[in-house]
Amino acid sequence: MFGWEYPPHVFGGLATANYGISQGLHALGDMETMLCLPKPFGDEDRSACKIIAMNSVPIAWRDVNYDYVQQRVGNIMSPDDYFRYRDHIYADFNYMHVNDLGAMEFAGGYPGNLTEEINNYSIIAGVVARTEQFDIIHAHDWLTYPAGIHAKQVSGRPLVIHVHATDFDRSRGNVNPTVYGIERNGMDNADCIMCVSELTRQTVINHYGQDPAKCFAMHNAVYPLAPELQAIVDQRLPYKDRKEKVITFLGRITMQKGPEYFIEAAKRVLDRTNNVRFCFAGSGDMMNAMIDMAAAYGIADRCHFPGFMKGKQVFEIFRDSDVYVMPSVSEPFGISPLEAMQSGVPSIISKQSGCAEILDKCIKTDYWDIDAMADAMYSLCTNPALHEYLQVEGKKEVDGITWEKVGERIRKLYDQVLERY
Amino acid sequence: MKTICLYFEIHQNIHLKRYRFFEIGKDHYYFDDYENERGITETAERSYIPALRTFLEMTKLYGKDFKVAFSISGCALELIENYAPEVLELLQELNETGCVEFLAEPYSHGLSSLANEDVFRDEVSRQAKKMKELFGKKPTVLRNSSLIYSDDIGGLVASMGYKGMIAEGAKHILGWKSPHFLYHCNQNPNLKLLLRDYKLSDDISLRFNNSSWNEYPLFADTYMDWISQLPEDEQIVNIFMELCALGIFQPLSSNILEFIKALPAAAKQRGIVFATPSEIIARTKSVAQIDVPFPMSWNDEERDTSCWLGNVMQREAFNKLYSVAERVLICKDRRITQDWDRIQASNNFRFMTTKPMSVGMYRSFYDSPYDAFTNYMNILGDFINRVNALYPSEIENEELNALLTTIRNQGEEIEVKDKEITRLQTRLKKYEGDTEKKAPAKKAPAKKASAKAEAPAKEAPAKKAAKKAEE
Repeated sequence: MFGWEYPPHVFGGLATANYGISQGLHALGDMETMLCLPKPFGDEDRSACKIIAMNSVPIAWRDVNYDYVQQRVGNIMSPDDYFRYRDHIYADFNYMHVNDLGAMEFAGGYPGNLTEEINNYSIIAGVVARTEQFDIIHAHDWLTYPAGIHAKQVSGRPLVIHVHATDFDRSRGNVNPTVYGIERNGMDNADCIMCVSELTRQTVINHYGQDPAKCFAMHNAVYPLAPELQAIVDQRLPYKDRKEKVITFLGRITMQKGPEYFIEAAKRVLDRTNNVRFCFAGSGDMMNAMIDMAAAYGIADRCHFPGFMKGKQVFEIFRDSDVYVMPSVSEPFGISPLEAMQSGVPSIISKQSGCAEILDKCIKTDYWDIDAMADAMYSLCTNPALHEYLQVEGKKEVDGITWEKVGERIRKLYDQVLERY
Repeated sequence: MKTICLYFEIHQNIHLKRYRFFEIGKDHYYFDDYENERGITETAERSYIPALRTFLEMTKLYGKDFKVAFSISGCALELIENYAPEVLELLQELNETGCVEFLAEPYSHGLSSLANEDVFRDEVSRQAKKMKELFGKKPTVLRNSSLIYSDDIGGLVASMGYKGMIAEGAKHILGWKSPHFLYHCNQNPNLKLLLRDYKLSDDISLRFNNSSWNEYPLFADTYMDWISQLPEDEQIVNIFMELCALGIFQPLSSNILEFIKALPAAAKQRGIVFATPSEIIARTKSVAQIDVPFPMSWNDEERDTSCWLGNVMQREAFNKLYSVAERVLICKDRRITQDWDRIQASNNFRFMTTKPMSVGMYRSFYDSPYDAFTNYMNILGDFINRVNALYPSEIENEELNALLTTIRNQGEEIEVKDKEITRLQTRLKKYEGDTEKKAPAKKAPAKKASAKAEAPAKEAPAKKAAKKAEE
């Protein structure tokens, strides 16, 4: 499996999905997963999968001894593995920026020279593919597609790619040709395309010209809350004691997430009531524009911008929220409404998000339908019955969406692919 | 002799419009006129008119051998009067043949029987009055909205003087008993109950055009065979459905009207007759009482009230709605009472159901139950504000009632006094006429006139006070 990030070092939704899928596959009992990460930190949970640190895989021969390797990269890779990989170097990559171990460094995350890192990643994948034995290749998101293709060519094993997002979602239609090229190439070479929602599946079929027969919707799931997070969520005050209602937007404040619709709806709600507060948890390129917009509407005193939230903070925000809103213009899946509902926060989500396909106990509106969104917000703040219903039933519904079930479905698709291959 | 009782419900919901919360307090009109007109015209064209024409033909063909009963909700009647008067003409024409009985039902087609006795009485009496006006006869048999029935409702209906009621022959109530007998209410044996045979009814209204049904295609002869093959002592077969079943649930292209038209002839061959509910009640003896501790209805597989009051949202809306019931009853504002009737309709609650549905459910323009709830609560919010604006919420209902009674009494008193004044004035004129004849006697009438002039002057402030109290 090729992935780009993994908890606890989370940059976006991809890490959670990678983690969930490996756990779900592990739960089947007869699967072994090797996950290639560009830059693991050594504190990842390795219970469900073996993590291969791509920044320690040699691509050029270096004469180093066991102890040196142990001391250099021992926390992320065992020296035995290092020597195994060293035996499978397939070309002379000394012209590249290799270090004292003959490996390449990764910045981690999403740096400026991303295309270069993608390329490096795929070179290393060649070494890994020549070394390891495996039945199927699973590449997550476009960053790892070239590596997947390379591994497929080397090993002759089938390639499954997992589309967590497409560039059409990120750019509202103004795609970056380089990214599109990589995505398209990955899809063309794949034997099976798993998309996180039917919405994404349609994009893949219509915008990337893929055969519908090899595209499948594979919705994400959520993990049950960890006890320490559950403890935070349990501190929530009962509905009647919460004099001021808090409506929360959580996510990157970018064009894709539709923050301006949230402000427009907030304006309409505040025209009517004054015991509601709006919280923008997140950061992004539209943050300043949003602050300006709130000020221009004269609702800045009721809109709060606490900045980027992660880990525990997210659940602290959920604990203090009464309504969660995700007005995304285009959301391949959107895992945060599931987390909100898990924490007992009723959600309003846009119909243009992938998770709307599997959620029933939440309110769905079109992202542009500001009136409907405002109406739903107002209703949840003034009608305890609706709030209670969505709180209780929403939690029940999300608790039924587990990674184990996703793992089973992925396994079934694997079997199908292998049969045909 | 086996008897078939055929009954059709005529009800159309008056659709609410999309009402956002920021309209609360600004816009007091809640209805989607376009949708209402479109809905009723379509239903009339596709179902009501062809079906009623068929019944007319049948009465001509078979005379008194064919009987049928209808009930019309007040809401449907308003729609029909406004947009499809032809339906009403047909109904009146049918009424003149004497083969038709009209039943009473709550005006709004709402759930008042489960909430407030006074509202229910008021609603039923208004609908019955309307039936009397249109068809010249006061109904003696009642059918509650969606056949909701329980012991308490039975007792209430009996106390209103109705002789019979029609209800669902629900399996969980009847158990081993058969719906093919006349039963009575356990609170009052004078109220007879006709129970629907859901199998035979649904054969027509649900399955008639279903080609995967093993009895498809159904013919009138087969259908009547089923009835004539019932055990000897099972004499009454109650076939109740919505009139929409003929033409909308089962399209006209399925020849359902031909089937209906053939029924009386097929029945006659087998010695089966038709009768209206009140005829059956008059000529049949009840065999037993029926115990229905919890309300049942003809809706859904459960045959209970869960499709209107199944989840917390529905119950919240229901409780909020009937929390102002007493005030609305006191109120004489016509727009408020009209809106009250329309928003009570059970359809509005149905839209909020979260029950899983085996068949696709009609949700009007609402996206989801939450959407329906939000819209309804917005409208209800505005409506309650209007009622409260009329009578401040700080005043207790009883106190308010006392005040209103005082005002009413004062009004009556004033009326009596006004009458007295006019009486005296005419007498005065008479006297004056007399005095003109008898020129010398002038003094006495003049005195009287001044005394009378004082009297109205005294009452004027009293009137003003009354007006103030009303405000």
